[in-house]
Amino acid sequence: MEIAFYIAGTVALVATLMVITRHNPVHALLYLNVSLLAHAMLFYLLGASFAALLEIIIYAGAIMVLFIFVVMLLNLGKETAEQERKWLKPKVWMGPTALAAILFAEFLALVLSSGQGAYSPAVVGPRELALSLYHEYLLGVELAAMLLMAAVVGAAHIGRHKKLVLHRFLQEEKEKEEEKHEEAVL
Amino acid sequence: MNEILKYTLMIVIILFTLTTIAAWLIWLERRMLALWQDRYGPNRAGPFGLFIVVADTIKLFFKEDWIPPFAEKAVFVFAPAIVAAAVLLSFVVVPFAPDILVADLDIGLLFFLAMSSLGVYSIVLGGWASNNKYSLLGALRGASQMISYEVFMGLSLMGVVMLSGSFRLTDIVMAQKDFWFVVTQPVAFVLFLTAGIAETHRLPFDIPEAESELVAGFHSEYSGMKFGMFFIGEYLGIILISAMVVTIFFGGWLGPVLPPVVWFTLKTFVFIIFFILLRASLPRPRYDQLMEYGWKIILPIALLNLLITGGFTLLKN
Repeated sequence: MEIAFYIAGTVALVATLMVITRHNPVHALLYLNVSLLAHAMLFYLLGASFAALLEIIIYAGAIMVLFIFVVMLLNLGKETAEQERKWLKPKVWMGPTALAAILFAEFLALVLSSGQGAYSPAVVGPRELALSLYHEYLLGVELAAMLLMAAVVGAAHIGRHKKLVLHRFLQEEKEKEEEKHEEAVL
Repeated sequence: MNEILKYTLMIVIILFTLTTIAAWLIWLERRMLALWQDRYGPNRAGPFGLFIVVADTIKLFFKEDWIPPFAEKAVFVFAPAIVAAAVLLSFVVVPFAPDILVADLDIGLLFFLAMSSLGVYSIVLGGWASNNKYSLLGALRGASQMISYEVFMGLSLMGVVMLSGSFRLTDIVMAQKDFWFVVTQPVAFVLFLTAGIAETHRLPFDIPEAESELVAGFHSEYSGMKFGMFFIGEYLGIILISAMVVTIFFGGWLGPVLPPVVWFTLKTFVFIIFFILLRASLPRPRYDQLMEYGWKIILPIALLNLLITGGFTLLKN
């Protein structure tokens, strides 16, 4: 199983690198998807099967589809790819690479000093997960629910639009109705 | 070693049986449609016209495999494979009988939902890569339809999970020893079946294809065996949804006298024929009607069903 873990890890790393370096946004999103699937595999191998499948259902199956949906609607052509190419010049890479290298060195030092491999599975079933979510972390779940509710209300508000009336008869009728409504309010 | 051999053999047999049944469903669908419309249907090649499937397959294999020059080639080739792969992967967790089963995962139900959510990519990418406005429209419709109906599919199943106390499909089947879940969860059954039809984008919910408005929707530009993959994927989807309905709501392999596999197959075929009957009898709703129906009617009912089931479970304990 340890081999599978490292293979999935390598796939995740390579796929994530490809996400950053692709010029075509849809190709980048597809690589991101592969990376998410590899992460799900990692979760599964570490014993968190529930989290693994949620990763696929929510991230790979829903959120990424919406991303691709939006990119499709924007219909980005060759110009965007050209722009991306300009942004990915070696000069741009220097700062981030240096900072990431420092973090990587720290990470390596930590891993090597602990003497433990990355692969140390501990099985967590759906029942234990549910119990910890709805006992210990209940407040967090409730707060997240409230935040999502706010987002839904906001989306409903943005999505609401006035009825568009094009025919003049209907328009006159509508104006009359509005006047009546205003009078009633006054 | 023996275990590995046993499972490899089982996988090969299940794979072969499924793809064969999916191919013969073409014949079944045409004959049933013909029966309901007072005509013969295909009855020339072989007994009862059974060999039309062979002719169809040969035709699909030998047609020109045309990739349009304006298409995004890599994604265009890749897209049809996803739907067949995702559906076939879902069959990993379907318990055909107590001992005919590839993997008895403790999260089997979620695995099924995950794989069916990946099937969307086939439509979205196929439509986008074709670089054709009708395909793109079909893809957009398909994406929004399948994402919304996935939500109701998951929600409608949670009542069953509450009652059986497990995501494991064999546990769900065994929990139906006394009476089937269709008795205790009738609302969930109707919602799941509706969502299942939308997930397989079969008539009446085939708006990603909608041949009367969008040519052939997301697969307008596909031909030959690439089109065949979409085609076989759709029939595999019908088998999958029917098998899941049987497993979750109709007691799976449970039944008197006959061996378990026979019961499972019989029940599954009832639902496959129901799918075909739907195609023969119902008109296609408009796109906005479908979305409105989903979010304004099905979602509240599903949530209410969940609430009531939860309340009852609490009372019983």
